[in-house]
Amino acid sequence: MEVLLIHLVNALLYASVLFLIAGGLSLIYGVMRIVNLAHGNLYAFGAYVTAWAIGGVAAGAPSSLLLVLLPAGAFAAAVLGAALEPTLLRPFYKRAEEYQLLVTFGLLMILEDLLRFIWGPYPLSASELFENFGSLTIGDSLYPTYNFLVIGVGIVAAVFLWAFIYKTRFGVVLRATSQNMRMASALGVNVNRVYVQAFTLGCFMAGLGGAIVVPGQSAVLGMGVDALVLAFIVVVIGGLGSLEGALVGALIVGVVREAGIAWFPEIELAVLYLAAAIVLLVRPAGLFGRP
Amino acid sequence: MSTPAVAASAIAREAGSLRHVFRWALPVAVILLVVPWIVPQYTAILLTYGLIMAIGALGFNLLLGYTGLLSFGHSAYFGVGAYVVALMVKYLRVGSMELFLLGAIVGSVIVTAVFGFVCVRYTRIFFGILTLALSQVLWSLAFKFFWVTGGTDGLRVPTPSLLAGLATGTGDKTDFMSHTYYYYVLVIFFACVVLMWVIVNSPFGKALQAIRDNETRAEFVGVQIWRYRFVAFLVSGVFTGLAGALWVPLNGLTTPDIMHWTFSGEIVFMTVLGGFRSFAGPIVGAIVFNYLKTYAVGYTVYWQLLLGAVLVALVVSLPTGIVGTAERLAARWKKGS
Repeated sequence: MEVLLIHLVNALLYASVLFLIAGGLSLIYGVMRIVNLAHGNLYAFGAYVTAWAIGGVAAGAPSSLLLVLLPAGAFAAAVLGAALEPTLLRPFYKRAEEYQLLVTFGLLMILEDLLRFIWGPYPLSASELFENFGSLTIGDSLYPTYNFLVIGVGIVAAVFLWAFIYKTRFGVVLRATSQNMRMASALGVNVNRVYVQAFTLGCFMAGLGGAIVVPGQSAVLGMGVDALVLAFIVVVIGGLGSLEGALVGALIVGVVREAGIAWFPEIELAVLYLAAAIVLLVRPAGLFGRP
Repeated sequence: MSTPAVAASAIAREAGSLRHVFRWALPVAVILLVVPWIVPQYTAILLTYGLIMAIGALGFNLLLGYTGLLSFGHSAYFGVGAYVVALMVKYLRVGSMELFLLGAIVGSVIVTAVFGFVCVRYTRIFFGILTLALSQVLWSLAFKFFWVTGGTDGLRVPTPSLLAGLATGTGDKTDFMSHTYYYYVLVIFFACVVLMWVIVNSPFGKALQAIRDNETRAEFVGVQIWRYRFVAFLVSGVFTGLAGALWVPLNGLTTPDIMHWTFSGEIVFMTVLGGFRSFAGPIVGAIVFNYLKTYAVGYTVYWQLLLGAVLVALVVSLPTGIVGTAERLAARWKKGS
């Protein structure tokens, strides 16, 4: 029973991080119709910045200060996103999708090596915060308390995002632009500004995912590429451009991954990709996507 | 529909393009034939890699350039070709290159038929993501089933015997690869180029281009879109699988890296580098990319940064690639003189 409970908490842990990454990817696609292949690298960038801040610069500081520094990666990713969108992506909205994919693939390669250039080839860890939180007991087993913080952040992020998009003025503008960019533009919406904001928000979420993950595991090269493919599975299952879909997709992928690690480790990844392919076959637009 | 005048002009255009092709293709073929005797062995081996990737990129471009489908999963077919060969060595103790090629073709036909059946219903971004997801299935299997595939250690493939034992690589391996194997690859490369040329200029190839340019109209004219796309997918995958089979004895080792989707990205990269709107684009792109990557890797640990910057610059300023840009410059020069 308690083993099952631990598996469930682990599944929620995966789902929280995946939701942050895939939610950002989906938001960006929903508004700008661009699939950002470099999205995983923004997640990795967030992880590196936070690891550098709380594992390097402020190492040894009390937990409260470390917690304040935790979102540093999210803000850094947001700033990077705000700089990238107008300079690199904006010229491509009017061109064929192939070019958009290619330019973000180029960006992926560049960012991957920039991380190596800035922080070197070795893993960067920030486990101090993770250890400071200690552990609690579930039944007879010890379980790290920090993981509950990650789940909490995931839930809070989902609630905030929902409120942001459905309850604020900015959310209305965002949804309008997403549904019909020309019409929104004709009604006086500054589309360029909405695009920057949406892209920045998406990058912020990816960076936050990296930031909360890094105390529990180290920041390593290649983590972005791996995360991107998982995020792809999430958005394919949930539907590209849909935040509800990203949430449900993240939960499904989280549960399947955890079950896979426990019971069928050899084909865990294959099952995930196959699940995505099957969903695409049955519902091409995903569970919650607009066709 | 076709009046004699139109037909005649079409024939004239065809003949003109044929003459145009021979003007370019013959000197290049001659250069490729004598190259191993002029350049150092290392350069010749790099060129062998380039020619092999050119076969793969040529196949890939049947989908991107001629059918308008961007696949982000061609690493799967390349990997199938390579792994079929490696598994034939491991389990069947086969050492003949011809059997390898046969096995790779059979293997990649099976895999592309299954993947193609699933993928060709979709276009645009969904096609790209679906091909990517399916290729990752194979990657994860190669990665996880280490007792079959060797996992990240990969599988070793010894030097095969060519032409049913007529040429064996018992002597110096470098010498064998840079001469005997080079010519072996070159012959297959020529055959593939001719075959692809025939395909894209056949009624079938024209139908693919019609689908690419306007799906609805093509359907009205009576083209069965689904079937045409499927066959294009199949041919494309088999070309890439063949490239994988040729690649693996040269490399001596196959690892799951060649199945990962980032390798698919490299195939896309080379095709765009050469120019996906022209027939020769992927060939030029693959050979240039291979040199570019080798020198970038040797020159700096930040080779990805360098290549990424090249890709971004290319897409921003030269979207028609090397061949497209060269053609435009040549046309301008001709007009000017």
